[in-house]
Amino acid sequence: MGFDIRLPIGIMFSVFGVLVGGYGAATWGNEMYARHSLGIDINLWWGIAMLVFGAGMLLLARRGRAVARAANKNVKAVQ
Amino acid sequence: MHPHPHWIDYSVIGIYFTFILGIGFVLKKYMKTSTDFFLSGRSIPAWITGLAFLSANLGAQEVIGMGASGAKYGIMTSHFYWVGAIPAMIFVGIFMMPFYYGSRARSVPEYLKLRFDEKTRGLNAISFATMTVFSSGVSMYAMGKLMQLLLGWNFNASILLAALIVLGYTALGGLTSAIYNEVLQFFLIVLGFIPLTFLGLRDVGGWSGLKARIGNDAMVHSWKYLGHSNANPMGVEWFGMLMGLGFVLSFGYWCTDFLVVQRAMAADSMTSARRTPLIAAFPKMLFPFLVILPGMIAGVVAANSMSGGASAGTPAKAGSAVVSQATAGGGISLEGGKGIIPAKLDGSGKPLIKDGKTVLDYDLATPMMLVRYFPSGLLGLGLCALMASFMSGMDGNTTAFNAVWTYDIYQGYINKNASDQHYLWMGRVATVFGLLAAVAAAYIAREFNNIMDVLQLVFAFVNAPLFATFLLGMFWKRATGHGAFCGLIGGTAAAALHHGLTLPAGSVVGVKGGFLGLVVQRYPSEMAQNFWTAIFAWTTCFTVTIVVSLLTKPRPDAELKGLVYALTDKPKDMGLSWYQKPVVLAVVVLTAMVVLNWIFW
Repeated sequence: MGFDIRLPIGIMFSVFGVLVGGYGAATWGNEMYARHSLGIDINLWWGIAMLVFGAGMLLLARRGRAVARAANKNVKAVQ
Repeated sequence: MHPHPHWIDYSVIGIYFTFILGIGFVLKKYMKTSTDFFLSGRSIPAWITGLAFLSANLGAQEVIGMGASGAKYGIMTSHFYWVGAIPAMIFVGIFMMPFYYGSRARSVPEYLKLRFDEKTRGLNAISFATMTVFSSGVSMYAMGKLMQLLLGWNFNASILLAALIVLGYTALGGLTSAIYNEVLQFFLIVLGFIPLTFLGLRDVGGWSGLKARIGNDAMVHSWKYLGHSNANPMGVEWFGMLMGLGFVLSFGYWCTDFLVVQRAMAADSMTSARRTPLIAAFPKMLFPFLVILPGMIAGVVAANSMSGGASAGTPAKAGSAVVSQATAGGGISLEGGKGIIPAKLDGSGKPLIKDGKTVLDYDLATPMMLVRYFPSGLLGLGLCALMASFMSGMDGNTTAFNAVWTYDIYQGYINKNASDQHYLWMGRVATVFGLLAAVAAAYIAREFNNIMDVLQLVFAFVNAPLFATFLLGMFWKRATGHGAFCGLIGGTAAAALHHGLTLPAGSVVGVKGGFLGLVVQRYPSEMAQNFWTAIFAWTTCFTVTIVVSLLTKPRPDAELKGLVYALTDKPKDMGLSWYQKPVVLAVVVLTAMVVLNWIFW
């Protein structure tokens, strides 16, 4: 019922990916990475990972909508 | 160590709150009938109900509690998952969902009414409603306390904020809102904790590095040291573990707790309903790596490492005083702690000592890991994941309470023949006063230190016998309402009796046991005592139900069609590819579970 949940999931994680990844890119080499995440710019890498995940979700959501639209068309054609 | 979240962290949290409320707003217009509100119109696909099933169960207990147990007991904690959840989840999916879903019961108590009688339903409804509100309150309290300790956030403000947000989306969008948000929360928790486990393991040198640092073989094996209770840190032996945890407690929870069963009831078909717990079992098997490992790592790493990873060589020994620089607004001192797990503080702010040893605040293991390894940015994500775990537990309690209140208590006893729109309205109102009661419970929990222990106790007293009742109800058509009712009372009494006559090592008489004046048996640990209380409770309920049922008149077969195994058509999984069939899924899950147990033997 309602809408496809993959849509808000995809959007939210894409936003997170851009936000955190962008911040990671902007703070490249900052000492906090040495202090916390073993010198790895984890914001950048995980931001990219989240963006990929979010995009994947959106793609799945789009495919789901296309399938539903095709199914609807078939139903209408039969009627 | 006192983290200072930056604007980026607050932005991440703010975005998350906006999304979960937004989902509620969008779904409001789809809530046209009470079935929409309480059962999502029974239209949700299996993958969504499966993830929600798991996520609702997550709550504070999982993320924080499993981290704490990991720090304290090591990889044996995985038993809560691999022994204590997976078999029960498989059982409820394959064998019990046909009755829950097929009977068209709108709640677990309602199934009891259909199968047994009104008084059994009433007993279950009232005890469940009370406990689920308290559970929600305890989640809120734990969250408020954690945020205050970790970040210096105001306790009252955190509780109010959490309650208002959950209220917002559940009152608007009902169960669907809760389910959709739980799926969102699931991904947030997974994506929030994968980097934590990755960084932590990398810092200690992988699983072998971790084993070396811990230095205690019993903490890195799950079965090897279960031969005798004094061979392992948990103080249990294999029989108590298997029967108490693996059978009674876990089946008692997964098979009868409406909080999770409600998600499966919302599924769009019988097959989806059966697949729901099975789909949930897959990520459930992998969760130990996300929640237990960080706890284990917390006990053996140092605070702020020097640049370049110099921490890699020096294991932090137990009791080493790694004192932090006190920050301006106060912070968490690691004095007397172990690794990055701080000591529990007594009234005057000094580390608490009991029996000559410092008492550690294990609940802080996982949060301290977040603070230690996540820079600003990811810290926001980590805090979000933490809050998501609390809120997904809370919204599960809320939706379960709403349905049980409206259908079982209100419609059952107060107003039997109102219109559907009236019950829909009642559901929304129940959300408000249910959450208010939970907030009150949170404050009670704050006042009485022992409340969490009491709640655990009550759960064990009430849940353990329940599984016996369901087992007999679903698989033995001779079981009667009188039998079920007496069994439940008997089982609960047996639990109280057992608890009152036994005491775990190192505890004083009181909430922990022995309150009946005589201590008949001493157990090596609280957990062992819990497991045996559960075993006694279940066995008593089982026996009493059988005996009383044989002495009372059963209902005619025709009335029990669809409610009992022998009188129900076996579900046929037509039109499904082989990998989608519930039984196939179950076999895969079971095999994987055996493999995992084998690897960590």
